[in-house]
Amino acid sequence: MTDLLNGLIHLTSMLVLPGLAYGSQLAFGALGVTLIFGVLRFSNFAHAEGMSLGTAVCILLTLWLQGKGIALGPLPTALIGMCLAVPVMALVFIGTDRALYQHFRRINARPEVFMIVSAGVMLIMNGAIRLIVGPDGREFEDGERFIVTAGGFRAWSGLAEPLVLKTSQAMTIGLALAVGFALFLFLNRTRSGRSMRAYADNRNLALLSGVDPDRIVRLTWVLVAVLSVTGGVLFGLDKGYRPFVYQQLLLPMFAAAVVGGLGSPLGAIAGSMIVAFSELALTFAWKKALGYLLPAAWAPEGLMQFLSTDYKFAISFLILVVVLLVRPAGLFGKPVK
Amino acid sequence: MNRRTTLLYAAMAAVLLSVALLQSWQLALTIVNLCLISAVMALGVNVQWGVAGMFNVGTMGSAAIGGLAVVLVSAPPVRAAWAAGGAGLLASAAILVLTAGVALAFWRWFGSRPLLRGGAVAAVLFSGFLLAQQWFLPATAAIEAVDAASAGYLGGLGLPVALSWLIGGVFAGLLAWPVGRLTAGLRSDYLAVATFGISEIVLAVVRNEEWLARGVKNVTGLPRPVPYESDLQSADGVQTLALWLGLPLRDLASILVKLAYTAWFLAVLGIIFWLLERLGRAPWGRMMRAIRDNEEAARAMGKDVARRHLQAFVLGSAIVGIGGAMLVTLDGQFTAGAYQPLRYTFLIWVMVIIGGAGNHRGAVYGAFLIWFVWVQAETAGLWLASAATALLAPGNPLRAAFEQSPAQLRYVVMGLILVFVMRFAPRGLIPEATPEHQK
Amino acid sequence: MSYLKAEALVGGYGGAMILNSCTIAVDRGRIAVIVGPNGAGKSTAMKAILGLLRLTSGRVLLDGRDITALPTQARISAGMAFVPQTDNVFPSLSVFENLQMGALLRRDPIGETLEEIFALFPILAEKRHQLAGQLSGGQRQQLAVGRALMTRPSVLLLDEPTAGVSPNVMDELFDRITRIAAQGLAVVMVEQNAAGALEIADTGFVLVQGANRFTGAGRDLLNDPDIRRSFLGGRK
Repeated sequence: MTDLLNGLIHLTSMLVLPGLAYGSQLAFGALGVTLIFGVLRFSNFAHAEGMSLGTAVCILLTLWLQGKGIALGPLPTALIGMCLAVPVMALVFIGTDRALYQHFRRINARPEVFMIVSAGVMLIMNGAIRLIVGPDGREFEDGERFIVTAGGFRAWSGLAEPLVLKTSQAMTIGLALAVGFALFLFLNRTRSGRSMRAYADNRNLALLSGVDPDRIVRLTWVLVAVLSVTGGVLFGLDKGYRPFVYQQLLLPMFAAAVVGGLGSPLGAIAGSMIVAFSELALTFAWKKALGYLLPAAWAPEGLMQFLSTDYKFAISFLILVVVLLVRPAGLFGKPVK
Repeated sequence: MNRRTTLLYAAMAAVLLSVALLQSWQLALTIVNLCLISAVMALGVNVQWGVAGMFNVGTMGSAAIGGLAVVLVSAPPVRAAWAAGGAGLLASAAILVLTAGVALAFWRWFGSRPLLRGGAVAAVLFSGFLLAQQWFLPATAAIEAVDAASAGYLGGLGLPVALSWLIGGVFAGLLAWPVGRLTAGLRSDYLAVATFGISEIVLAVVRNEEWLARGVKNVTGLPRPVPYESDLQSADGVQTLALWLGLPLRDLASILVKLAYTAWFLAVLGIIFWLLERLGRAPWGRMMRAIRDNEEAARAMGKDVARRHLQAFVLGSAIVGIGGAMLVTLDGQFTAGAYQPLRYTFLIWVMVIIGGAGNHRGAVYGAFLIWFVWVQAETAGLWLASAATALLAPGNPLRAAFEQSPAQLRYVVMGLILVFVMRFAPRGLIPEATPEHQK
Repeated sequence: MSYLKAEALVGGYGGAMILNSCTIAVDRGRIAVIVGPNGAGKSTAMKAILGLLRLTSGRVLLDGRDITALPTQARISAGMAFVPQTDNVFPSLSVFENLQMGALLRRDPIGETLEEIFALFPILAEKRHQLAGQLSGGQRQQLAVGRALMTRPSVLLLDEPTAGVSPNVMDELFDRITRIAAQGLAVVMVEQNAAGALEIADTGFVLVQGANRFTGAGRDLLNDPDIRRSFLGGRK
């Protein structure tokens, strides 16, 4: 019985909570990718860089706030910085759209052209990040680091295995639920949200119905700013901010969006969880968990790790391949030709 | 060749010549050699984007696997490593092949029951992979333990290095085929995401599998297709030439070696260029352009669009692979850590776009121009930074940030070039000549 | 003076003239049907009325007011509604949301209009929470018409509303269109199925190469042996 509890606590602490947090962070990114794909009809290669830039802006604002002595008690000050960074990034995105994407929409450019332009935006943002915060990592987390600490839990439960819950993890999961819920309310219950979905669904008919396309485009970028700043900051708080680690999120984010079906918000969330848990489960060393959960005679000898963590993102790719082979439209998508 | 093209090429030649005269011949030749290699890669991308209209974000993977081919073909074999782990490695490879065969058979058998089929295939693959690991892990550990400081990998076949360029092309083409197959007929976004993914995976393999090519420990001292500087310095003819030219012997030897590389690369570039030009004029090229310009019409006329796309994709990737192999040969070492998407994928894209997509002369020109700008951008960046911050007070943090990171500005410059060309001159500096369209 | 009148329309795409002096007119409560062989410019004429085509000459009058210079959006605000031939619903929105989208520009309560549309097309009320993409072809056409009616238009433009639906559904659709016109709307309809459409037409316009060849009451055109032979394929 104790073994079972220990095993479950170990799995919760090492696999389930980190998986939920990572999946939520991915979902913020994948939702942005899928929104841009659905409404603006292109795969945004600058998306990871946008998240990183948003986080960089938040870090600068947070440092400034900390300098003024403003804090949130046990919560990180970055939460305020995050709220301030959203409008900044919304302006950056809308400005980029005005300067570039709008033109290509007008001339009805091919999707490849949009992707190339977004790659150019990626290079520019990459350079901008290097200028703003430099290529090195930054720590910007303050407040309480843990909600449940290893020692505290052991003392309380008397179990050998600790349960650890970081503030950043709890915040990530909580904010993901809140933002996800708000996004669904917006898309399904408001006139603007409905117009956005209609515009994504059938652009010509939406125009005939009186939808203002410029407004939809602006709204989309505002939503993307909210999602990418929130996701980027939470990822940075959880894992420590390094400007170029976000590039490694691009593939899992795309994979998550494709798994769920490009253009489908619900799919993006489901896809993110699938990608996150596959990554963690396949690179997880199961030895300890199985040692607790299986009868002693069956306890494994090796680490029971399927893949080394170096190949984490290969799993995203593998999932992507399987989806493309079996169901290219994704879980919730309509076929995209 | 029209006047504009001639003028542009002449200007580029003049700039490079002025580098040679003002700075040094060695520097100029170093730049030219990398320009030539970039030009080969740009031609590969141009076949995909310019000719076929496909967006490939995995150029880095093709370049890296081409570079890997140099190691596998030309490095001296490490017999002790083969003795230590060769058998285990082959055993695990055999298990993997068997697994794949069984999985394929299951896939066929359970055709009518998708759930059972998926489960069975997954179970077979999973257990086969775990089984293979039983031999693979000890074998690679043994290989990596053999003379770890200088070897610790299987080595290559010890064949002439120039052969590896061809093999590098074949490797890159073979890697591209399944990716192209997988995304054929789907929206272009899937190709982009898939190529982006596969190139990251190639990189992860190259970095982490030390038994294969020493991972981030690098393989150095790869054989060269040209003589060594020290041998040249002791050659009589070279000594006479140095006296006659009035150049220091060391400089002359270094220039001669670089010139020899230039000759090799020029020959390869020339052959590829000539083949592509011929291909472009052949029915294949006309059909590719027809598909690119109006896919629907081409499909309606019964053209197998997916098949043509696959051909262009594999061909382009193979050419990039050749370029990647040449680059590793020039460096004389395989540096797994050096492969970055910004440098090996997006920079090549900037070259193709600015040069003029669809026109091979344009792509080559773009490669020269952009590589030159890339190398010189640090200087230019410094100048730009001081110009941009001239109005700011000396202690200003923004000014400090700019002054510290002129090299970082290269990315901004490249990105700006890319979007400006796409926005204002989408046909590039040397636009594609399309007589059949102007009629 | 007709309520909607398109006079001597001339225009086309990229230099190629498709309309060569084509005139269409319809009053409120009436149905005008445009028929003609393939490539005669039927759909193009409708697009011109809607403002989706740049005219070289000719003008469009709505209730006596010249709207030739107005963009499509303004014409829709002025009371025109259009049902495209294909892609005429939002497939991933529910039936109800599709109707709401139709009323996007309205700020007044839409409950009454909804009731009218549900009375006209009861199947829409039944399937109001289903996704439009899951409807059958005929249901989808009903939804498309319903969506267009949500703006409470005075003119309804229909581009081949019966394309790809079964004969039963077609008769039903024609019946509903008659009922819509009877409520005081001016209906302009382009139809491939000329015989069926002319049955319910108050006025029929036979277009050939972008110009009016015959104009007359639907019945008269149907009964004219020349027209039957040349344009209606000789069969009913």
